[in-house]
Order: sequence, then C-alpha cells, then structure tokens
Amino acid sequence: MALITFNNIGISALSGAVPSNVIKNYEYTEFFTSEEVKDVVDKIGIVERRFANADTCASDLCFAAAEKLIADNIIDRSEIDLLVFISQTPDYRMPATSIILQERLKLASTTMAFDINLGCSAFIYGLSVVYGLMQTGCIRKALILDGETRSKVYSKKDRRTAFIFGDAGVAALIECNEKFGKSCFSFNSDGSREDLIKINAGGYRNPSSAETVVEKVVDEFGNIRSDEQGYMNGGDVFNFVIREIPKDYNLIFNYAGVEKDAVDYFVFHQANSFINGYLAKKLKLDIDKLPSTLEKYGNTSSVSVPLTIVSELKNKLDSQKTLFLSAFGVGMTWASAIINVSDCHISEMIEV
Amino acid sequence: MEAKFLTMFKEVLEITDRELLLEDNFRDYEEWNSLVFLSLIAMIDEEFDVIIEGRDFKQLKTNAEIIETIKKLQS
Repeated sequence: MALITFNNIGISALSGAVPSNVIKNYEYTEFFTSEEVKDVVDKIGIVERRFANADTCASDLCFAAAEKLIADNIIDRSEIDLLVFISQTPDYRMPATSIILQERLKLASTTMAFDINLGCSAFIYGLSVVYGLMQTGCIRKALILDGETRSKVYSKKDRRTAFIFGDAGVAALIECNEKFGKSCFSFNSDGSREDLIKINAGGYRNPSSAETVVEKVVDEFGNIRSDEQGYMNGGDVFNFVIREIPKDYNLIFNYAGVEKDAVDYFVFHQANSFINGYLAKKLKLDIDKLPSTLEKYGNTSSVSVPLTIVSELKNKLDSQKTLFLSAFGVGMTWASAIINVSDCHISEMIEV
Repeated sequence: MEAKFLTMFKEVLEITDRELLLEDNFRDYEEWNSLVFLSLIAMIDEEFDVIIEGRDFKQLKTNAEIIETIKKLQS
C-alpha cells in the first residue's frame, strides 16, 4: 500500500497563470444547438473556461507563473536545485519540457530537472516525489511547474468532452521548514481502466499516420473525433470516482490519525460539478470548506488542485491551515494528501 | 423495490406524462442519453447503495434487468 509520510516539508508559495481568452460555454454553439449545449452545461456546471492560443503551450503558462512566483517571493534562482514539470501536454515528445524551462528561467545547469506525465492526479504525485527528494536534506529549494492545455486535446465535436476542459499553469515553491510538520499521502493506480480516458494514437503503440488524423463519427449520438484526440467515457469515470474516492478518503484519515474536522479546506480535482457535487454529498462535506473553480476555469486536469488553491484560497492561508487534497483521473490513477500550510504566499492570478 | 425504482428512474428521466414499465427497454426512451446515465448511477448508489460497473451495465436492456442487477449486488 502506498501510504507515505513526510516531515517538515511544504508548499511555501504558489502562483498561477491562465490564458486571457475566455470561452463562454453557454455560447459555445458552433457544433451543437443552444438547447443541447444548455443540457450539458447545466449538468457539468462549467460556465467559463480559458483557452490558450495556437502559440501558447502549457510551459508558457508555467513560465509566466514561475516568473511571478520568483519576483513576488524574491527567490534567489541559484538556490533552486530541483525543477519538476508536470503535464500531459508537453512542448515536444522530446526533450523533456522541464529542461527547456530550466534554461528559460535561467536556473543553474546543476539543477535537477525532469517531467512527470500522469494526468489529473499528478500534482499530488509530484508533491510526493519532490518531498521525497527534499527529505534527503540536499535540496535547498524546489519548483513544481504544473501546466496543461487540454483545450488542444479534445474534439469540439464530441459533446462528452467539448465543454469540460480548460487551460492553466501553476508554479509552487517547495521548501523544508519545521512549521510544516507532518504530511501524509495515499496513492493508487488501476490499469484495468486504462481505456476510460485515452488518446489512442500518436504514441508508439499506434503511431501518427494519415489515418489517425481523420475525423470520424464515433458513437450513436453522432459525436465526432479523430484517434489523435482524447476521449472520455464519463459514465464509467463517474462510477469509478464514487467507488474509489470515498474509500481513499477514509483510508488516509485513518492512516494520518487526523480528524476530518481538523481540515480547513478540502481541495478536490475539479472534474465537473455533477461529479464534485455528488462526491461532496456522499462524503457529507461542508460546502464552506470546499473551494471550487469549476464555474470559471472548468477542468484543467492536473492543474485543477493547485489552481483552485491559488484562485480561491489567496489570503486564507496566512496562519497554519490543514488541507485535504484529492485528485483522480486518466490511468486510472488517484491520490490524496493531508498537508499543512503556514504563511503560504499566494500571488495574484495572472493572465497570459 | 420495483415500484420505488420505477418512480425514481422516472424522476431521473424527467418524464411526467406516462408511467415506466418493467419490461420497457430504457435505451429506447427518447429521454435516455449519456447525461441521464450519470444521474441513474448516482440514484442507484444513493437509493440502493450499489454501483453497477459500466461493462455490466452495457449488457442491460430493460428496467427489470437493472432491478435484477441491483438485487444481485445487494445480496
């Protein structure tokens, strides 16, 4: 069982960047009627999203967030020993985007840098990887850059995914300090459900070809996409979430020995309002402790947990607070964490 | 339980002008779609405390078959 505890490591600062281009979902009627759009949007509760333009990558959003983080917190770049870039929408298939960001951010060539490709739960996974390296005591400061441009992944003509996803990037500064105390993590994976959310072509199992870029009608509802675009089986994902997340929620609280009442904020992956609302009801969570960015940013995959903290908890994490984090998605993978923050500096959200 | 399921499913489908029958093929309802599927899963979890796996649900055609599956999972 992957239950892990770290001591005296935490997030000391966070910043976020979103594209300035706002997509209004109720008006997103290029391929569907207003009535069809309303049915979907009412259900998923995502009113607006941000779409990066053709020239903007996840790394650009992260770069902007990182520069803001460094400036606002007067971080000495030479003290950053570790840079982890989290994304499933990298700049290239190679090299790793983290390496490009090391140069753009003018970090030393002695910086350890690598990418993590995992999907919606990746921020929590990434935190644990960085915490693990920092536990050695050999790393002074670490940057986690987490960005996605999911708007470029899904078909506009597939109503199962056309209204859900948005783009964003965050930067997090991780440091060692006794004020953070204990943090606990739980990790899970289930490859038997690898086909619930997937892009079939473009990797090395099904390489890109003239065939893979052709748009096709894929179901009885007339949804259209190519094999190079992502798909999601929403019903099965929902089934998975209501089966597994409550289990993991109870497991981590038992493991950590923390009372649920001791948590100040429950930050969930922002999937859609139907899933998140049902989960909150099932877990009997207090709505005041449940920050949400679904309405304004939609589902930004791995970015949604830290983006929600940047957007909704700014100025609320000045004193010592306990956060519960939970994220789930493509893989399937799911993870949860109970972490402490103390005087966490959150920058003003920037638009790119 | 049959009556309870049919009443709840009718609400999920937002049908007001007719009754659902056990032998109905729910996939033929004009109101049936992937959004309704989500609400049905939630309703079954909430009211009957079971979760029907997607691959099992794909095999089901009638309301009676859904009820039978719920009973099987409950026992």
